[in-house]
Amino acid sequence: MTDATLPYVAHGDPHHVRGMQESVIAHEGPAPKRIVTGFGFWIFLLSDIVMFSCFFASYSVLLGQTAGGPSGAQLFDLRSVAAETAFLLLSSFACGMASIAADVRSVRWYQIAMAVTGLLGLGFLLLEVREFTDLVSRGAGPTRSAFLSAFFTLVGCHGVHVTAGLLWLLTMMAQVYTKGFRADIMRRMLCFALFWHALDIIWVAIFSIVYLIGSAT
Amino acid sequence: MLGKLNWSAIPIDQPIPLFAAGLVLVIILAVLAWAGIKGYYPYIWREWITSVDHKRIGVMYVLLAMVMLLRGGTDAIMMRAQQAIAYHSGGYLPPQHYDQIFSAHGTIMIFFMGMPFVIGLMNLIVPLQLGVRDVAFPTLNSVGFWLTATGALLINISLVVGEFARTGWLPYPPLSELRYSPGVGVDYYLWSLEISGIGTLVAGINLVTTVLKLRTRGMTYLRMPMFCWTTLASNLLIIAAFPILTATLTMLVLDRYAGFHFFTNEAGGNLMMFVNLIWAWGHPEVYILVLPAFGIFSEVVATFSSKPLFGYRSMVMATMAICIISFCVWLHHFFTMGAGPDVNAVFGIASMIIAVPTGVKIYNWLFTMYGGRLRFETPMLWSVGFMVTFTIGGLTGVLLAVPPADFVLHNSLFLVAHFHNVIIGGVLFGAFAGYTYWFPKAFGFRLHEGLGKTAFWFTFTGFWVTFVPLYAAGLLGMTRRLQHYDVAEWRPWMIAAGIGTILLTIGIVFQILQLAVSIRHREELRDATGDPWDGRSLEWATSSPPPVFNFAITPDVHGEDAYWLIKSHAKQQQITDHEEREYKDIEMPRNSPTGFVCAFFATVMGFALIWHIWWMVVLGGIGAFATFIAFAWRDHDEYLIPAAEVARVDRANLAERRAAMSLVGSAP
Repeated sequence: MTDATLPYVAHGDPHHVRGMQESVIAHEGPAPKRIVTGFGFWIFLLSDIVMFSCFFASYSVLLGQTAGGPSGAQLFDLRSVAAETAFLLLSSFACGMASIAADVRSVRWYQIAMAVTGLLGLGFLLLEVREFTDLVSRGAGPTRSAFLSAFFTLVGCHGVHVTAGLLWLLTMMAQVYTKGFRADIMRRMLCFALFWHALDIIWVAIFSIVYLIGSAT
Repeated sequence: MLGKLNWSAIPIDQPIPLFAAGLVLVIILAVLAWAGIKGYYPYIWREWITSVDHKRIGVMYVLLAMVMLLRGGTDAIMMRAQQAIAYHSGGYLPPQHYDQIFSAHGTIMIFFMGMPFVIGLMNLIVPLQLGVRDVAFPTLNSVGFWLTATGALLINISLVVGEFARTGWLPYPPLSELRYSPGVGVDYYLWSLEISGIGTLVAGINLVTTVLKLRTRGMTYLRMPMFCWTTLASNLLIIAAFPILTATLTMLVLDRYAGFHFFTNEAGGNLMMFVNLIWAWGHPEVYILVLPAFGIFSEVVATFSSKPLFGYRSMVMATMAICIISFCVWLHHFFTMGAGPDVNAVFGIASMIIAVPTGVKIYNWLFTMYGGRLRFETPMLWSVGFMVTFTIGGLTGVLLAVPPADFVLHNSLFLVAHFHNVIIGGVLFGAFAGYTYWFPKAFGFRLHEGLGKTAFWFTFTGFWVTFVPLYAAGLLGMTRRLQHYDVAEWRPWMIAAGIGTILLTIGIVFQILQLAVSIRHREELRDATGDPWDGRSLEWATSSPPPVFNFAITPDVHGEDAYWLIKSHAKQQQITDHEEREYKDIEMPRNSPTGFVCAFFATVMGFALIWHIWWMVVLGGIGAFATFIAFAWRDHDEYLIPAAEVARVDRANLAERRAAMSLVGSAP
């Protein structure tokens, strides 16, 4: 069959010229499940980052609106924040170890690495709760000023994500314990690792924009 | 124990909402009783509520949209009646009630009519057009639908338990702050949109992943039907814009529930930040709604002109250009905020620029029709009606994009007429075109043609009779949302708009009639070919309705207009019989009640949050989490359809198709 036998193909737009025969199959069909799941989760993470960027934007807008109350420089304790950062980054390392353990199908090392990840995450969370309660007790709670509202919301939103991540982590450990490294569980582990690392990225932004810049002014 | 909830929440002293709610309740109970007597419950549970089939979910989305269209339309009729009456008098609606009605009208029409309608059609058709068996995340798809339904349910509960917001469809602070809106109205608004917003986000992630990662062999990007492209663009916008809505509403929630100061007048809050953030979502939202409609028109115009779409690549470019520019125009919603001439000029020019790709599209559709063999069936009527209506609506939009003109027309009925002109003329006409065009695909029989055309002409005429007067009244200085007025010159226009609303209502009645009559006469209207309109894309390559697995053998694509190529190839080669096909086992996802159960708990939680019933909030949260755990612990998430069964279904479909084709084939 040639192009001439397909009348509309020959007379249509220039990009219709390509006939059936000469066309190669340029696309191989649906992607495998692992790719699809990972890709979808990446898109979710992007949308989550858009949400965080709104909280960052509102924080920047309201930064100077302390309403006569304390500013960041008077409130932030960089040592505690440094400890939080260390906990979170180390937990990400442990999470990477868990991914490797899952890849080599080692249940024991997987559970150990995940437990370490969880404990470090919990440590981060406890430090954050301590910081928040300390601020509230000094009369610098979120209702004090627009600046503090934005601060508590932005940092708290990250904290809520870490909490959700911990719940997910425990679920993952229980799933591997009861069901082993099944294909669907491996896909969930891929998503969990992406999630946990994304929380790091957000934290790096919070650390720089909120704490470093905030304590300098 | 029950938070703020007590018997005073039921509006005993207001006959209108009480009567409306009573009527709705009676209808719901009647439907439930009828289904119970007929013994349909197990069927509905198995085949619809727990279904993860993208076609079923799409149909349910569209059904939800249509029911909500009736609710939002009733609000519209009440408002038009009020303004026709309320000259030098209070009308029949007290101000509090009138304010709730215009707020509910906008909220319902955008979030629970427009969104489910387009998402439903995308869900139904896109996997078929891509030649695949399902969307990327079938169970999540079901969760998304049911969360949307939760939002719709909560808004409708507000009709009879408590009140709805009186703030307009976007709750601008400080009016929406606790001090000025102490009731639960704004809370109903906030929680129903937070919950349905998650549903929309889930649908967006699902459809983007489907388009980008699940296409059949040979379906390269530039061979995808236009509807798939606009689906991609629209869902990319959902992913980028809906998190902004979620974040903004969360800030307002914190202001109202926990005494935060994001948007308050005190303690440094910034109410203009709300306006900026909400429109950074709100303007892309306009394109989220209208881009799928553009895709539908592209399919319909090409099919009913029997020609390939003119300027396919320029259409793709225009779609993606709109996708990006739509994020650069939000400030034109509040030129009067006082951002200064430079900022206003930038956004004014950007708003005019976005009209360019839209103009490209209009010309492409016109040139597609030029020289084609045109068939003016109902979907095509909606499309041509759209081109006329939308062009005029777009032009008044460009007028409003000029900041000095906007200072005069801001918040007037001229603006109201403009956005109804583009939303009804664009989104609603598109939704109706898609509904009549794809109905035979979803159910296997066509809709009655004569009634459809009658509905179109009433709706089209009714639209113009309603909204031209609003343009006029706006130019005479009438502002929006007036509960009563004393200016004599406005009166005739309000009465004319009221008459237009009657015509629009008749149009809707004919649509309902069309559906009822078509269901009664479904045997005469049956389409055995699977291709009733001589279509061009792959959804027509399978039977109507498609089997659960869509395609017995997923098609190979060799060019644009994939199915048209297959058909012409078959004609060229004189292929009358299909060669013996080799069938394989097909794996399909199992049905799951996860979405429904999850939405049940979300409803409980949302209701509890609105009324400050904290123990119930905790209960709902635990329930939702437990549902996910139960889902995650499933051992079998797929089932196998054996090759023999696939062969049986497919051979039966092919035989029916051949019989129908040979009947059609004898005609010229």
